[in-house]
Amino acid sequence: MPEVTYRLPDGTSQTLRDITPGTSVMRAAVSRGVPGIIGECGGQVICATCHVYVDREFLDVLPPMGDEEDEMLETTASPRDPERSRLSCQLTMGPGLERVCVDVPAEQEAW
Amino acid sequence: MVTVQTRAGEGIVVVGAGQAGVQLVDSLRTAGWTGAITLIGAERCLPYQRPPLSKDFMKEEGGEPLFLRAERFYSDAGVDLRAGVEVVSIDRAGKAVTCSDSSVIPYGTLVLATGARTRRLAIEGSDLAGVHELRTLDDAIRLQSALADARRVVVIGAGFIGLEFAAAARPRGIDVTVLEFADRPMARAVSPEMSAHFAAEHAAAGIDLRCGEGVVRLVGDAKVRAVVGSSGTEYPADLVLVGVGVLPNDDIAAEAGLPVDNGIVVGEDLCTADPAIYAIGDVARYPNPHARALSRLEAVQNATDQARFLARALVEQPRGRRYDALPWFWSQQGGWKLQIAGLAGPDDECIARSDDTSFSVYRFREGRLVAVESANNPGEHVAARRILSAAQSVDPDRVREPGFSLKQFAAAS
Repeated sequence: MPEVTYRLPDGTSQTLRDITPGTSVMRAAVSRGVPGIIGECGGQVICATCHVYVDREFLDVLPPMGDEEDEMLETTASPRDPERSRLSCQLTMGPGLERVCVDVPAEQEAW
Repeated sequence: MVTVQTRAGEGIVVVGAGQAGVQLVDSLRTAGWTGAITLIGAERCLPYQRPPLSKDFMKEEGGEPLFLRAERFYSDAGVDLRAGVEVVSIDRAGKAVTCSDSSVIPYGTLVLATGARTRRLAIEGSDLAGVHELRTLDDAIRLQSALADARRVVVIGAGFIGLEFAAAARPRGIDVTVLEFADRPMARAVSPEMSAHFAAEHAAAGIDLRCGEGVVRLVGDAKVRAVVGSSGTEYPADLVLVGVGVLPNDDIAAEAGLPVDNGIVVGEDLCTADPAIYAIGDVARYPNPHARALSRLEAVQNATDQARFLARALVEQPRGRRYDALPWFWSQQGGWKLQIAGLAGPDDECIARSDDTSFSVYRFREGRLVAVESANNPGEHVAARRILSAAQSVDPDRVREPGFSLKQFAAAS
C-alpha cells in the first residue's frame, strides 16, 4: 500500500502508511491530521493551500503538471521552487506512485 | 498539545462547525490564544467540506467526504468539539448559551458562525418522496444514493448548486432538465455574458436548461412523478433537486435581541451590537467596502478570511480593525471552472474576451475594474485577485485589445 513521508517545518516528520490507492497526498494529510496542508478548496486546484516540495528522487515518477496547477503554483504563500513545488491534491497515490517524500512549506495561507 | 489556561466564562465559544468555525478555532491557536475554546456543531459528524458535495461527490465513482481537519486536530488543539448539538438560546446578560442537550456553556466571547440553511419551496408537492435538497453531508449521501436509480432528473434553480449537480449527473446518462425562474442562469452571481456562455455549454452537454420557467407544483402519488412549470409544461421526473438558495441561520441572534437583516448585522470589525458577540461566514451581514454596502456572502473565501481576521483581532485585541478582504468565488460545472474575483453590480460595464479554451468577462464601474469573471483561466483569476486586492485597475480600452493578457499586465505593474 502507498506511503507518504511529510517533513514538517519544525524538523519533525510523519509517515502515513497504508494509504488507499487513488487518494491524493493532500487528502491523506488532511484526513489523518498532518499539519500544514490545508486543502481549502477540496482539491479543485483553486486555493494553493496544499503546496509541497517533493524530494528530487521522486520527481520523475510524479503525474505530469497541468496548466491549472502550474498557474496556481504562482500564488503559493511560501516561495515556489521551480522543480520541487507541486500541489499535493494533484499527486494521487497508487500504481506508479507507491512512495513519496515531501517537505511541507512554512506557510500555506496568505496571512 | 495546547494546555488550556483560562478560567470558566473567559473562553471563546464558537457556534457552528462549518468552514468558518473550524478555521477560526485553528487560527485562534495559531495566533497564540491559550484560553478555552468550545466549538458547537449541529451536525453529528466531524466537520467537513461542503463544496465537493455538489461536484465530485455526485459523480458515478462517488467519493468520500473530505473532513476539514482530522479528528485528532481538535484534541491536539485543546478544542472542545460538541458535534450534534444545537444552540437554542443566548443569555447575553449572563454570557452563556443554552444547548439542545440542556447544557449551558458560559462564554467570554461568543462567535456565531451558524451558516445558512436551504430555502424550501412553499408549493404543492414539495414534500413528495424523491424531492431533494443539497446542503449537508446527509443530504448528499441521500441524493447520491437516489441518483443511482434515477433516469430523469429535474433541477429547480440554475444557481451554482443546481448547475454543478446537473453537470455531474448528466455524464451518468441521466436526462437532466434545469428550470430557472429568472431569464438566465446564475443571474445573482455573474454577468449576462457569462450566463450565456454557461447556458450554451450546458446545452452542448445535453442539459435541457429552461430559463424564465418558474415552478407551480410537483405532482406524484407518494413519489414525485413530474414538475409543472409556470408555462404549464409538465416535466417528468423521478428525482427532483431543489436548489433555490439559502436563508441565514440568524434566529438565535434575533431572539437574543441582536440586529438581524438577512443575516446577523455586524460592523467592519465583524462585531455585533453586543461587544462580546461576533458573527462570521455565511450568516454575517457586514459593511463590505467592495460592495459599498452591507453584504452577506456565501463562499469559502469569505468564511476562512473572516475567521483568520477575527482570530487575530481577538488575540491581539486591536479595536477598530477593518475586515476588507477581496471576495472571490468558484464553481466547477462539468469541464468548466468558473472563478470570480471581486464584486460587480448589475449596472457595471461588461467587456467579454474569449480564446480557444477560456472565456472571461471584465466588469468596470466608472472606468475602474471591480470584478473579473473567468471560465477556465485560473492564471487570469489569480492576476485579477492581485490587482483588485491592491486596489489597482486597468484601462478598459486595453482590455479590449486583442492580445491583452491580465497575467502579463499584473506582472508588469
